[in-house]
Amino acid sequence: MIAEKTGLGKADSKLVMSFMWVTFISLLIGGLMGLLQTLVRTGNYTLPFGIGYYQILTVHGVILGLVLTTFFIIGFQFSLMAKTVGMTHKQRQWAWVSFWVMLTGTIASAIMILLGKASVLYTFYAPLKAHPIFYFGLTFVVVGSWIACFVNFHQLYQWKKKHQGEHSPLLAFMVVINMLMWFICTLGVAATVLIQFIPWSLGLVGEINILVSRTLFWYFGHPLVYFWLLPAYMAWYAILPKIIGGKIFSDSLARLAFILFLIFSIPVGFHHQLLEPGIDPMWKYIQVVLTFAVIIPSLLTAFSMFATFEITGRQKGYTGLFGWFRHLPWKDVRFFAPFMGMVAFIPAGAGGIINASNQMNQVVHNTIWVTGHFHLTLATTVILTFFGITYWLVPVLTGRKIDKKINTLGMTQTIVWLVGMFFMSGSMHLAGLLGAPRRSAFSDYQGSAQAAEWIGYQYGQAIGGSILFIGILIMLYNFFYMTFKAPKGVEEFPIAEAPDGSEPTPLVLENWKLWIGITVVLIAFAYTIPFVDIIQNSPPGSPPFEWPIGNG
Amino acid sequence: MHKAEKIWLTLSFGMIIGFMLITGYQAFAKDMGPPSYGERIDPQNVDETAPFDNPGVKQIGENEYEVIMTLQIFSFTPNKIEVPAGSTVHFTMTSKDVTHGFQVADTNINAMVMPGYISKITQTFDEPGEYLVLCNEYCGSGHQLMGTTITVK
Repeated sequence: MIAEKTGLGKADSKLVMSFMWVTFISLLIGGLMGLLQTLVRTGNYTLPFGIGYYQILTVHGVILGLVLTTFFIIGFQFSLMAKTVGMTHKQRQWAWVSFWVMLTGTIASAIMILLGKASVLYTFYAPLKAHPIFYFGLTFVVVGSWIACFVNFHQLYQWKKKHQGEHSPLLAFMVVINMLMWFICTLGVAATVLIQFIPWSLGLVGEINILVSRTLFWYFGHPLVYFWLLPAYMAWYAILPKIIGGKIFSDSLARLAFILFLIFSIPVGFHHQLLEPGIDPMWKYIQVVLTFAVIIPSLLTAFSMFATFEITGRQKGYTGLFGWFRHLPWKDVRFFAPFMGMVAFIPAGAGGIINASNQMNQVVHNTIWVTGHFHLTLATTVILTFFGITYWLVPVLTGRKIDKKINTLGMTQTIVWLVGMFFMSGSMHLAGLLGAPRRSAFSDYQGSAQAAEWIGYQYGQAIGGSILFIGILIMLYNFFYMTFKAPKGVEEFPIAEAPDGSEPTPLVLENWKLWIGITVVLIAFAYTIPFVDIIQNSPPGSPPFEWPIGNG
Repeated sequence: MHKAEKIWLTLSFGMIIGFMLITGYQAFAKDMGPPSYGERIDPQNVDETAPFDNPGVKQIGENEYEVIMTLQIFSFTPNKIEVPAGSTVHFTMTSKDVTHGFQVADTNINAMVMPGYISKITQTFDEPGEYLVLCNEYCGSGHQLMGTTITVK
């Protein structure tokens, strides 16, 4: 038990590494699909073997948006929990169950997509109908993640029982917040898949209620993006300060920010449905207001990060207005990659505010601007932070050292990624403002002059996509190197401490009943009336459509 | 709390409350809110239901037109619309099959068109030219072919 608390034991390492393997295999598959998409959209490349554009688009979205993220996050969170509160043998067995259930679901869905039976994209909007096994596979991924939720809850519960009256470790607190949010939001997608999609796809019921399914999906779809973001914030708040040789700015502020995310990231799904008929405009606006509220914890995070950087720099004796900034560890990839992720979050966050701004959404909705937006948030901010975590986590797990070679490769990888994303996401944003749609194969729209204006930007995306694919190959080499070749040794699991003499964290921040209660009340407020209205005023449902996706 | 923290929080809250007020004012006082029309229709009997039993462009006033439109895999009915410059056009749309999107490039026209629901959106076309109309919600393997034009003369 003691060994399990001081370091990461062999059994824990093996568990987390399994999640990392799925993550990086997904990166290769999903990234290759992304590259192919950007090439198709130049109009000069046709996919071989009759593979459909929307088939590879579905692979790209499912594998990167759902599989890579979920596996990395759950694996990373298991490592944090094992490190801070420990993991018993029984908990570890359940963690393995979660891994295998999720992997089984992933493989089942992947087979259906590869057979061309599920080209419905990762949002699987009704009434396009995929093969039932696709929906069963997604269910398994979610159920597997629920097992991980309850393992994490149980880990903290056991620790608390042994440490009466003490604060839970910050990282364990953050993991539990993220998993609580995940559990509450996935109830929505589970409901639509189990109650609506599966019976309908099996032919047990003839029709599906479109707006109910979309509303339940987006009840899940926005907290999903915070589920990606919060593990990055965990690293920013509680790990980066250690890497730069400092302390956490404020334990209370970090916990407060996470509580605000729990409360505000769920009752906001309508901001993805702003242009849909059948939803009352007042309730759309109320959820827009709640969406704006979720900006606050991100702004708190920004302040907290730069405060940590400045305090640390000044403690080290660097003076002047920006002396502390110049002396940040720019040549340490464990810092540089997540830091560049933070920088990307400034335009990414501003773009997100535009998307959520009610009527302004009409300018950008379903244009490729949106794709550019989440390639900054997820595919830059979050992914660069995940890569930054990988550079110390994998050596910790494999008992190897971060040597100079891997640091240089990591720095190169980060720069390649930034350059590639600058071209790709930049071109997507600009083309989107001109009206180019997202999720569309190449089309000149019958020789339209307006569509011709987008071509240059589509080449820009292909250039960016190609550079990014090189970045993926470097990252995969880095992963192999850290797993098999780096010199053996003991690497530190960096966890920052609270500053000396800081005020004790208020106990109310750990009043789970209070925060879960507020979360549920706010969800009930934001959704009950419009959702009852949607159900009571439902039109006749829709039959399944299979042939439009090349089936049946 | 540190002074810098107070300033930062004040600016943050101020900015966000500003966004809330501006979007709210525009949406409700200026009637610029996103399309949210609420009327329902049987998606399997669109052709038999008024007004979609007679889709097309109708002049309803001086410089004012109504377009009754159905969207279906992978086309718009009516196709190739023409209106004089300066016209205000009211679009009334529904889908005969899956979910589509109705977008006109270089304008703010952008609305989801879902089976079972009627979508409405209005636009004044001042600048002459040929405007590309496209479906911007994935609707199947020929989604990228679903386009037409509005010609403003």
